[in-house]
Amino acid sequence: MNTPMPGALARFQDAFALALLTPEPAAAIPSEVAALTTQPAFAVYRNTVMKGCVDALQANYPAVARLVGEEWFRAAAAVHVRETLPAGPTLLQYGSAFADFLARFQPAAELPYLPGVARLDRFWTDVHAASSLSALDPAAVAKLTPEALAGVVLHPHPAARWAWFAEGPIYTIWSRNRVDEPLDAEFDWRPEGALLVRPRDVVEWIALDAAGCAFLDACAAGRTLGEAAQAALRAQGDADLAPLLATLLKAGAFGKSEIQQPSLTEQLT
Amino acid sequence: MTTVLTAGLGLKPQHYDAALACPAAGLWFEVHPENYMVAGGPRLAWLEAIRSIHAISLHGVGLSLAADADPDPAHLARLAGLVRRIEPALISEHLAWSVWRGTYHPDLLPFPRSSEALARIANNISRTQETLQRRIAIENPSHYLKIDGHAWDEIDFLAELTQRTGCGLLLDVNNVYVSARNLGYSAEAYLDAFPGEHVMEIHLAGHAPDPNLGVALLVDSHDAPVAPEVWTLYARLIARIGARPTLIERDDKLPDFATLLSERGHADSLLRAPLAMAA
Repeated sequence: MNTPMPGALARFQDAFALALLTPEPAAAIPSEVAALTTQPAFAVYRNTVMKGCVDALQANYPAVARLVGEEWFRAAAAVHVRETLPAGPTLLQYGSAFADFLARFQPAAELPYLPGVARLDRFWTDVHAASSLSALDPAAVAKLTPEALAGVVLHPHPAARWAWFAEGPIYTIWSRNRVDEPLDAEFDWRPEGALLVRPRDVVEWIALDAAGCAFLDACAAGRTLGEAAQAALRAQGDADLAPLLATLLKAGAFGKSEIQQPSLTEQLT
Repeated sequence: MTTVLTAGLGLKPQHYDAALACPAAGLWFEVHPENYMVAGGPRLAWLEAIRSIHAISLHGVGLSLAADADPDPAHLARLAGLVRRIEPALISEHLAWSVWRGTYHPDLLPFPRSSEALARIANNISRTQETLQRRIAIENPSHYLKIDGHAWDEIDFLAELTQRTGCGLLLDVNNVYVSARNLGYSAEAYLDAFPGEHVMEIHLAGHAPDPNLGVALLVDSHDAPVAPEVWTLYARLIARIGARPTLIERDDKLPDFATLLSERGHADSLLRAPLAMAA
């Protein structure tokens, strides 16, 4: 099938979209729209599009914005907008490439924690908008024998997000800036992990060690709890598995359970 | 008995609690559906709570009906899901484009009103109405640019869309005022010629002079109270076409809920005059 030649409307929209992000009338912009860009009013469209995108990034990345200040943030965001416009009109989702952008943004090179903080801001939005599903009742797991427990698969809750940050205390930096805590309190520079959940309407978060992150990674990959426990021990030799599982269950990190071995069914009911 | 919608307010997250507690008769709230296209969580819970007390209008900014492309099926499906969930009293979109070749430009962008554009937009409106199983209202945009090559007058264009698709119209009086000032025509003449029988909803909002060009260019900024000139045009309009659900839009420099409610009360009192005459 041949692609039809674009009509006049499509040609106008190609040129207009290009002109929105091109500061000066450029040779690449066809004359009909190039003439429009010479009207001072064209700036209204350029400014509105840029402001809408930057406002959305600022709303979606509040801890990053607090760390670097509004002026720096909006300048950096504008650079990102010119590279990556929103893919759709649900602006809550805009900025999924912002953390990666910050990681290679030269002016942010002296702030190595910034991409991690951006990832946690992204997690917050994902968790906030994820589907509402009851968290797994810890009592359902508590009555299993240790043997049965090892064969169970626990699926992370759709609103659970977690990550291990080997580069530094990202969780501490993020959580202090997410809730406007003072910035001057001291903290140790060490790797940290984080778990964000939404057991009810409000997004909640806790620190999570390397064992906990590896445990949840294994659960998300469909591994049994026995396999997840081994993964946790590989990540952190001194991991204490019983309190870890209790912490995850209490936080509401799991959505539903699944029995791998049919013979265990009766022990779960 | 159906409730008569009088004057409504744009709903902002900062005002959820106040909106939920407000008992004003005929009050309704308008939201951008794009802000509620989420899988779950508190946003939807709030909207459903408010919906249990007040009527809701879904006012889209993302269908991009004037783009030379079909509406994004995924976006349309999400809108249809929200419509089923919220059962809005009104659904509206704009005579503009914003999504083009997989990129969203957060604005309502202009285009030359050609017969080609008319056919494309009529097609997009029909597809939307078929998917939603609802009549939608199309809003007149604010204009800033003088575009040569409009083959159609805007009012004729909108009237033709209603004929071809059965859609309704959303008449934004502030947009008429801003556009008339920017492009140099009579707002009164525009409103007097507007096909009143198709108007499902009216918008009122504040505008501001352009920061660089001053009053030579008015911007539809939604960051101020409705201007006196716009109130005068509104009174003139409803004296002619009768009462219609009327929204006070405010998106920026948000005042407290009581201030917005008082502005909404002014529209409500103007609306009740034609309502009383019709009773």
